[in-house]
Amino acid sequence: MNRILVVAEHLDGKLNAAVAKCVSCAATIPDADISVAVLAVDGAAVAAAAAAIQGVARVLLVRNAANEPALAAVLAPQVAALAAGHSHVLGPSTTFGKDLMPRVAGLLGAPQISDVMAVESATRFRRPVYAGNAIATVEAPPGRQLVATVRIASFQAAPAGQVAPVETRALDLVLPTHTRFVSVSADGSDRPDLQTAARVVAGGRALASKENFALISRLADRIGAAIGASRAAVDAGFAPNELQVGQTGKIIAPELYIAIGISGAIQHLTGIKDARTIVAINKDAEAPIFEIADFGLVGDLFSLIPEIEKNL
Amino acid sequence: MRRILVGIKRVIDYNVRVRVRPDGAGVVTDGVKMSINPFDEIALEEALRIRERGEADEVVAVSVGPDETQQQLRNALAMGADRAILVKSDQRAEPPVVAQAFLKLIERESPLLVILGKQAIDDDAGQTGPMLAALWERPQATFASKLELKDGIARVTREVDAGLETIEVDLPAVCTTDLRLNEPRYIKLPDIMKAKKKPLDVTDLAALGVDAAPALKVLKFEPPPQRQKGVMVKDAAELVAALRQKGLV
Repeated sequence: MNRILVVAEHLDGKLNAAVAKCVSCAATIPDADISVAVLAVDGAAVAAAAAAIQGVARVLLVRNAANEPALAAVLAPQVAALAAGHSHVLGPSTTFGKDLMPRVAGLLGAPQISDVMAVESATRFRRPVYAGNAIATVEAPPGRQLVATVRIASFQAAPAGQVAPVETRALDLVLPTHTRFVSVSADGSDRPDLQTAARVVAGGRALASKENFALISRLADRIGAAIGASRAAVDAGFAPNELQVGQTGKIIAPELYIAIGISGAIQHLTGIKDARTIVAINKDAEAPIFEIADFGLVGDLFSLIPEIEKNL
Repeated sequence: MRRILVGIKRVIDYNVRVRVRPDGAGVVTDGVKMSINPFDEIALEEALRIRERGEADEVVAVSVGPDETQQQLRNALAMGADRAILVKSDQRAEPPVVAQAFLKLIERESPLLVILGKQAIDDDAGQTGPMLAALWERPQATFASKLELKDGIARVTREVDAGLETIEVDLPAVCTTDLRLNEPRYIKLPDIMKAKKKPLDVTDLAALGVDAAPALKVLKFEPPPQRQKGVMVKDAAELVAALRQKGLV
């Protein structure tokens, strides 16, 4: 049996949607017995949400006042302690998981496979390298613990609809105090989350200003979409950094992706390749984005966006 | 001596379109331009700025890689690093191996800060920084977009999924860079001449007592599945109609 520990990401009492995708990934490992680790201050609501995900055998809840807001240096020794007896330790390939999981691997002395996109066996996985220009098949050593992050765009969320037991675990650890949370700034909008949204409207350099970027927000709100941006648009200050889509930003897989004024640098295309339907709107008919778009429309975005809204 | 170690990795240049070799054993590297990993250039720039503000005394560029990596370390010296160390490795050095090599150098160099890129654009693993911090038992501040040092503490703004997070870490610590931390300077010709005289020490993993053997085996590389090119629509009305037909709006 492969005993798999999935580390839960959560914020303000809500389980991150990426966790159900990690469970899906874990469930494709042969003979999987899946536990979800919830490290929280209280964690009751998060643990209940995790216990409801189909495929989860149990939730391991560790309560500690130091566990929120989440700091990798504080969580890692607890995850490493819980990992005893597990063959695989998985976390989402979000900034939470990318920060935490390699620290866990360091503590465990285990190798890590980042951005797992497919499971071939308990030791064999596929992952993108070179900004997705190549897919590597990687073999981990048998009989050794393995840490992995899960490329969440590659997996469907496991559905809810069960009640697994929640076991509270007390860990006798001295947690570090050398790392302290100060603040977080978030936009506070109630738009869908970029990484899990079904629809995304994204804008690029051609928007030309922060004020014009409001056209993207308006269209997104009209169709209930999340907002994304190219690196060029973020670098130019048109959109905040957390909206960046691409190799070094967010990798997303919405049902519908509408790229407006984005030429389609390879690093950007890496972030959207798994979208079900891609729409590209650009005034340059030669833009590389049209090579991968399902629907392309050449023209001036400033006149096309209002026309699209009129037709909706 | 208040010292900063900076990680430098030799990678295929950012602008090269990477192609998988027909035999699937790797990607095409013959005649391909190699450069410093862009995130590592940002790490070096940040270290240089800290030194120029008078908050550090020495910047040491460190790489684990093949002998040819001396080219990238010379560029790092031309950018302004005071000296460089190459830890030679003829095989692909995995993040845990690199982290162990850095740990050995940390024991020797006692740095105030280690700045690394958040990921290298070849293997996109993003592991070395937090692994090193774990082995060193020191704080980590990953995905930094702002870094300030004061009274033995680093205050770091991090690019996280929710927005921008600020944390404080006690020094010494490991910091990894995100894209918007700074814009690296260009190298000027006189700097290249000057860099030739700066010290570049060459050692290897065995001399540091680090086992070079990778734990993971890369069995094959394949090109990614290609998306089919779709259709061009003539106007907004046709686009909306097409999306409506697929039930997408």
